[in-house]
Amino acid sequence: MKEIRIHGRGGQGSVTAAELLAVAAFADSKFSQAFPAFGVERRGAPVQAFTRISDIPIRLRSQIYKPDYVIVQDPTLLESVDVASGLKDDGILIINSEFDPETFKIDTKARIMTVNATKIALDVIGMPIVNTVLLGAFAGATGEIKPESIMEAVRERFPGKIGERNAEAIMKAYEMMEGQN
Amino acid sequence: MAYDMKMDKQKMVVVEGSYAVAHAVKTCRPNVISAYPITPQTHIVEDLSQFMADGEIQNCEYINVESEFSALSALVGSSAVGARSYSATTSQGLELMHEVLFNVAGMRMPIVMTVANRAVSAPINIWNDQQDSISQRDTGWIQLYAENIQEISDMTAQAFKISEDKDIMMPSMTCMDGFILSHVYEPLVLLEQDITDEFLPPFRPDRILDPKNPMTFGAFADPNFYTEFRYQQEQAMQNALKKIEDVASEFYDMYGRHFGGLIDEYRTEDADIIIMAMGSIVGTIKDVIDRLREKNVKVGLLKVRAFRPFPAQAIMNVVRDAKVVVVLDKNISLGMNAGALFIETKSVLYNTDIDVPVIGYMIGHGGRDIPMSTIEKIIADAEEVMRSGIRTESQFTDLKEELI
Repeated sequence: MKEIRIHGRGGQGSVTAAELLAVAAFADSKFSQAFPAFGVERRGAPVQAFTRISDIPIRLRSQIYKPDYVIVQDPTLLESVDVASGLKDDGILIINSEFDPETFKIDTKARIMTVNATKIALDVIGMPIVNTVLLGAFAGATGEIKPESIMEAVRERFPGKIGERNAEAIMKAYEMMEGQN
Repeated sequence: MAYDMKMDKQKMVVVEGSYAVAHAVKTCRPNVISAYPITPQTHIVEDLSQFMADGEIQNCEYINVESEFSALSALVGSSAVGARSYSATTSQGLELMHEVLFNVAGMRMPIVMTVANRAVSAPINIWNDQQDSISQRDTGWIQLYAENIQEISDMTAQAFKISEDKDIMMPSMTCMDGFILSHVYEPLVLLEQDITDEFLPPFRPDRILDPKNPMTFGAFADPNFYTEFRYQQEQAMQNALKKIEDVASEFYDMYGRHFGGLIDEYRTEDADIIIMAMGSIVGTIKDVIDRLREKNVKVGLLKVRAFRPFPAQAIMNVVRDAKVVVVLDKNISLGMNAGALFIETKSVLYNTDIDVPVIGYMIGHGGRDIPMSTIEKIIADAEEVMRSGIRTESQFTDLKEELI
């Protein structure tokens, strides 16, 4: 079983990203589970969402303490949140940032990867909404999921032009990250 | 009877637990829905409102109200005229319904209500435990607890069928852990309309309020008559013991899924330690059991699916040969220092030939997370009880002494 934690701020679509990841993983013939860090959400406040992906049905209901992968939607969170908490040594930390991974001094043995998801979102979608873009980056960085499955889940959730643009941005982020492996 | 689960992955979709419930309700063809939104039940009634707005629920009225008290009161009227009636609530909303809950059961109305279990105030807390529904234990509602979103979906149709049976005619609460199940996305098979139409025929009660054939519901009963009403309610609850099992089997025959009747068991056949629990924690416990079984710890799970009526005989059958029984409760009966499932399990074992130690843990109150390590620690305690007897009969789990 693989466990993913998504860090973001209220309003950035972290919970939606976790849900889309679960839908996409299931389409990839896996079992999946997505849930928010149940809280009193406020716009701008740090939030977390979780996804589990497994070859067998998932029964575990606890929160995720030792994620295999962490996605950070907003690099300013690094100042206030220990995003690498519990991250496995052989895991991957994906940060939305224009800077190189070496820029970040984070206490983890896990691999740090960065993607300028904000730029991709602005260029392709026309809005600085990065949650779906980061899912494309996740697919490219980890190989856990097919980018087409994410694109399909996003098209289904956001039908029409907006879904198509998101799908395009997902593929772009996927290709950028896949190139780094 | 062994149940071979035929989960068809091709038919499964990944949706939110609340959507699964709303879809199940729609498929049961309700005639009246009345509810007041409250976290974490809100998504259920939002999804139902959406179905109504989209014209997806025919022959149904959604009554907007100003409180939970009114929501359930409205359903007293609708159920009395023979309408299949549904509501959903949680926590303080359920507590506000308290008076009406007795009326519904006393008038023998087969209303079904989903409870997205949540802690009760004060202090205010929107997270999960089961204090809300447990506190309504004696109102005369059948109470069923689900372990995942497939089960709460399936249970919705089962609850209507159980409640509307002529030998029962008692309301049902279908309980799902708030947030943990109401807000989770996971795969399930949504209830199929054609199978559900066959499984759950239209509601045709023997007696309804009808101006052409005047009748009184829930009227005055003086001391000459009141006791017999209570007796008949209890008889109906006893009838429900068998009906819950029968309906679960019938559901299995038609849909191919079975999550237990009154109870369910997991790896109990040779278990020295039996853990008893209700709701979503059951999934985590199963994972822990698999892990410990690899280390030759003989531990099994007794999932309590029906809390009312209480499955005394079914529990006795399972725990008879165990060496220790561990009961987990997401509630507390204040002044008893114990949870309700623990208290009741102990009580049904008294005056029997079964002599097994029972220990209780109050756990997961106000949404405190329950990692596998917490369950493992409890099982380690249980092993100690097998060796040297009970030291603490009932206790809080993961108590933060530094905060007291």
